Amino acid sequence: MHRLAILPLIALAACASAPAAGTRPAADQADGSRLGVTAGREPTRITGAHTMTADQQASHVLSRLTFGARPGDLDVIREQGVDRWIEEQLHPERIDDAAADHWLAEFETVQKSAAELERTYPNPGVLVNQRASRPEGLTAQDSAQLRDARRNLRRIADEAQIARVGRALLSERQLQEVMTDFWLNHFSVFAGKGIREQYYLAEYDYQVIRPRALSRFRDLLGAVAKSPAMLFYLDNWQSAADSTRPRLTEPAAARARGAAARRATANPASPAGQQLQRRLRAGLNENYGRELLELHTLGVEGGYTQQDVISAARALTGWTIDGPRQGGGFLFAPFMHDAGEKRVLGRTLRAGRGIEDGEELLDLLSRHPSTARFIATKLARRFVSDTPPAALVDRAATAFLRTDGEIRAVVRLIITSPEFFDHAAYRAKVKSPFEVVLSALRATGATPDRSPRTAQAIATLGQPIFGRSTPDGWPESAAGWMGTGAILNRINFGLALAAGRLPGANPMAVPGVEMLRQAPREQQVDAVVDAFLGGDVSSVTRSVLITGHHPLLDTATAAPAGAPRGLAQVVGLALGSPEFQRR
Amino acid sequence: MRRRVFVRDSALALVTLGLSPSFLRRTVLTAQLPRAASGKVLICLFQRGAADALNVVVPFGERAYYALRPGIAIAPPTRAAGPAGAIDLDGFFGLHPALAPLKPLWDGGIFAPIHAVGSPSATRSHFDAQDYMESGTPDHRGTADGWLNRYLATSGTCEQCAPTPFRAVAMSAQTPRALQGSAPTVAMNSVTEFAVRGGGTQAAQLEALYRTGAADLIHGTGREMFEAVKMLRAANPQQYQPAAGAAYPNSPFGQRLRSIAQLIKAGVGLEVAFADVGGWDTHVNQGGATGQLAQRLGDFGTSIAALVTDLGDRMQDVVILTMSEFGRMARQNGSGGTDHGHAGAMFVIGAGVRAHRVHGTWPGLASEQLYEGRDLALTTDFRAVFAEVASKHLGARQLRAVFPGFQTTAFPGVML
Repeated sequence: MHRLAILPLIALAACASAPAAGTRPAADQADGSRLGVTAGREPTRITGAHTMTADQQASHVLSRLTFGARPGDLDVIREQGVDRWIEEQLHPERIDDAAADHWLAEFETVQKSAAELERTYPNPGVLVNQRASRPEGLTAQDSAQLRDARRNLRRIADEAQIARVGRALLSERQLQEVMTDFWLNHFSVFAGKGIREQYYLAEYDYQVIRPRALSRFRDLLGAVAKSPAMLFYLDNWQSAADSTRPRLTEPAAARARGAAARRATANPASPAGQQLQRRLRAGLNENYGRELLELHTLGVEGGYTQQDVISAARALTGWTIDGPRQGGGFLFAPFMHDAGEKRVLGRTLRAGRGIEDGEELLDLLSRHPSTARFIATKLARRFVSDTPPAALVDRAATAFLRTDGEIRAVVRLIITSPEFFDHAAYRAKVKSPFEVVLSALRATGATPDRSPRTAQAIATLGQPIFGRSTPDGWPESAAGWMGTGAILNRINFGLALAAGRLPGANPMAVPGVEMLRQAPREQQVDAVVDAFLGGDVSSVTRSVLITGHHPLLDTATAAPAGAPRGLAQVVGLALGSPEFQRR
Repeated sequence: MRRRVFVRDSALALVTLGLSPSFLRRTVLTAQLPRAASGKVLICLFQRGAADALNVVVPFGERAYYALRPGIAIAPPTRAAGPAGAIDLDGFFGLHPALAPLKPLWDGGIFAPIHAVGSPSATRSHFDAQDYMESGTPDHRGTADGWLNRYLATSGTCEQCAPTPFRAVAMSAQTPRALQGSAPTVAMNSVTEFAVRGGGTQAAQLEALYRTGAADLIHGTGREMFEAVKMLRAANPQQYQPAAGAAYPNSPFGQRLRSIAQLIKAGVGLEVAFADVGGWDTHVNQGGATGQLAQRLGDFGTSIAALVTDLGDRMQDVVILTMSEFGRMARQNGSGGTDHGHAGAMFVIGAGVRAHRVHGTWPGLASEQLYEGRDLALTTDFRAVFAEVASKHLGARQLRAVFPGFQTTAFPGVML
C-alpha cells in the first residue's frame, strides 16, 4: 500500500526541488535520500549500511542524545568530533553542571528529602482527619492552617515539574537528562495516586533515578524498589503476609519500635494507631509484584506465570515506608513479611528469611535474559527507531548480560552503532511532547521558567509530567499518541511560543537577529532553519517559510495564504513544520 | 485489491499523490463497501483500570457475595439499608446506589446491563486486557488496529452521508487503541479547543506545510487535522446550549460527553465516538455505598444520564456501550479494596435494547463457581456484545473482519 504512495511522491519531490535550486546547499540539495527523509518518510529499513553525512551525524547526535541543540551546539560537536562528544556525555560525573545546580538550589522543596518535606509541610489530608476528629471540629485557625498546607502541597507538586523542565533545559549533562527521562518513564509513577505521592516525586527524580541513570541496572532497580514513590504508587507499602502465611516476627515486635509506635498501640483510635491496625490486618497486594515482572524487568512476554507474580509479591511483603517522624524512607517491616517458602521463576526462596527474599528476587530479575532483551529493545527504540533492527537489539541484549546490566555499556553500544548512524534513522523518531517543548526552548536559548506554565504546556500536548496514570509509562512509539488532536496542539504550541507567550522563551533569540530584521526574507529563513531545524528542511517547507505558499499547489487548490509577516511568523511556521516534529 | 482501484482510475490521481485528506481518500476507496445504516451513532465508553463489576451491578440475591466482601459489599435494597442499599432491578441484581441517575433509563426501557461478560483471556494485566479489548483480539498481542477502526475500514459511510473527517472521534488527547488503524479518526480534548489559534493567514501557511508528503504519520495526520478544523468551524458548535435538564458534571468525563453531544447535534457526520474515564483501579479503600468507587460511579452515571437527556429524540439513533478491561476479585483484599479479577459488567443504552432484564448467564459466587477460585467467571465474550451492537445498530456486515478469529453461533440478545 505504501509503495504506491511513494512513486508519485518522488515525481513531486523532483518538481518541488526546482524552484529552490541554487539557493542554499545545506537545505535544498534535492538528493532523493534527503527528500525521502524529510518529505515522505516510511520506515526504510535500518541496516547500518548507509551512513549519514558528517553534518547529519552531528545534528542527529544532538537531536537524540540531548533535548535539542542550543545556539552554537552544532559548532561545538563538529569541532570536537562526534565520538569524543558521546564519550564525554557517557560520563556525566566528569561534566561540570554548576549552572543547573545553581538554578535548582533556589527550589527548596526539590532539595529536601521526602521525609523532610513531610515533616516540614504537613499533609493536608492527615491534618483534616486529625482536626475533624476532635470534639470541637475545625476551628478558624485550623482552616487557615489547612489552606496553607494545601498551598504548600501545590507548590511541592509544581516544583517537582518545574525542576524537571529547568534541569533538562540547563544541564550540560544532556545524555544523563535523556536517560533520566527514559527511566522515569520506564519506572513510571503517577502524581495523582494520592497526596503522599506528591511528596515523593522530587526525591524520586533526584535521589533515586538521576544518579543511577547510567549505572548498573540492579542498582537502579533496587533503588526504585525501595523508593517511597514506587512503594506508594504500586501499593507495596501496605502489602503484607496473608493471614494463612507465617509472618517473620509477631506484631509485638513493632510495638518495641519507639515512642510513636507505643503511642499508636496505646491509642488504637489515633491516626497512627489506625495505620498500625491497618497494616496488621492487611494481606497480600500483588500490584507491584506484577508490574515489577511485566513492566520493569522481564516484559509481558518474558515467560512468567501468575504463580510467579504471587511469589514475587510475597517475597516483597514488608517492603514499606517508614513514618516521616521515624526518619522516613524505606523500611523493612518483619512483622508484615511472609516468611513461608516461595518458588519464583524456578528458584526456591527458602522459609524463614526476611529482606533477603526481595533482594534475591531483584538479583534474579536483573540478570534474567528476558530482562536484558526487554531493556535492550526499549533503549534501541528510544535512541534509534520505533521499529529497532533486530540485530542491534541482539547485540545490546548480549552486552547487557555480559556486563551484568551496566547501562552505560548498553547505551554506548547502541549510540555508537552503525544502525544509530544509518541514514534511515535520521529524523525517524517523532518528538514526544516533552521533547517538542524542550527543543523549542533550547533552540531559543531560553531561560528556565520559574512558574508551572511551561510544564502545563507539556501537559496540553498530551503527556503531563508525572501524569501517566498507568504504570506502563508513555508509549515510546509515535503511532501510540500521534493523532489529529496531538498535531493541532503542537502547532498551537509553536504559535504561542512565536507570539512570546511562553515564559522565558524569546522567539527572537535567533543568532544575529538584529542584523536580520532588515535582511531579505531568504536570509531570515536560513537563520530560522539553522536555529530550529538543524539547517535542514525540505524544499516545500523552505518555500512556505519564504512565500507562505506551497510551491506547487496553492494556486490550483486554495486561496493563497500570503507571505509571513515578520520574523515571529517565520518562527511560528518553523515550529509548526513537519520537520520540527521529528528528531 | 485496493491497488487496482488506484491504478485503474486516473481520476484518482490526486488521491495517489497524497494531496487530499485521507477521509476523502477513504470515501472513494470504500465506495463499494457495504454501507452503514443511516445516521446511527455508537458511543463507546471505556472505564480504564478495571471497574469492580460486583459492586456496580450488585448480586444482592447471592449470599456468597456478602461473605466474600464483609467490608465493602452493597446492602440489599431494604428499607433498613435506605439510600445505602442497592437499587433493585429484578429482585436479584441491583445497581450501586451512586448509579441512581441511570434508574430512569432502566424504567424507560433503554438500559440493558450485562453481567459476567468480558475477555476470555486469563490476563490480569491492565495493559494487556485493555489492548485485547480495544483490538478485539484477546490473547493476540500485536494486532495492529483496533476493532472500531476495522469496522470503519470495512464499512462505507451511509448512502446519503457526505464525506466527513468526524466519522470517528475520540474525546481524548491521544487516539485510543480501539480507533487506531488505517481508517482516519480524530482525537480532541474538547470541541472548543479544536482550532488553529494563529488566525486565518497563519493557519493557511501552516496548512501548506502539510499539503504534500506521503501518507506518513506526521503529514497524513496534519492534513486530516486541517480539514477537520475547517469543517468544525463551519458547523459553529461554540454556540452550544445543552437541552433543558441535561446537567453534565464539571468533571473531565462529563465534559467529554458534553462535547460528544455537541458533535452529534452539529450534524458533522459522527458515527463512532469514544471516551474514557479512569480511576477504577481500586486496590485500596474502595468503600461501599459511599467512598472512592461510589464517587467514580456518581460521575459516570450522572454524565451518562445528562448525555441521554441532552440528546433527547436523537437517542433514537444512538447506542452507548460501556466497557472495562476486566472485573475485580470476588473477595476483598487486605487493604479494603479489590485486586485484579476476571469477568465484569457492561452497559448497552439505547432505543433498540432488549430492556427490563439483566443480561448474561449468572455463574454464581460459590467458591467452586469462581474462576481460578477467586474471580467472577465469564459467561459472555465481550466480542459477542460488540458484534451484536455493531451489526444490529450500525449495520456492520463484515463481522469476521472486525473480529478475526471469533466464532459465535448466536448473539447474546442484548438488542432487539
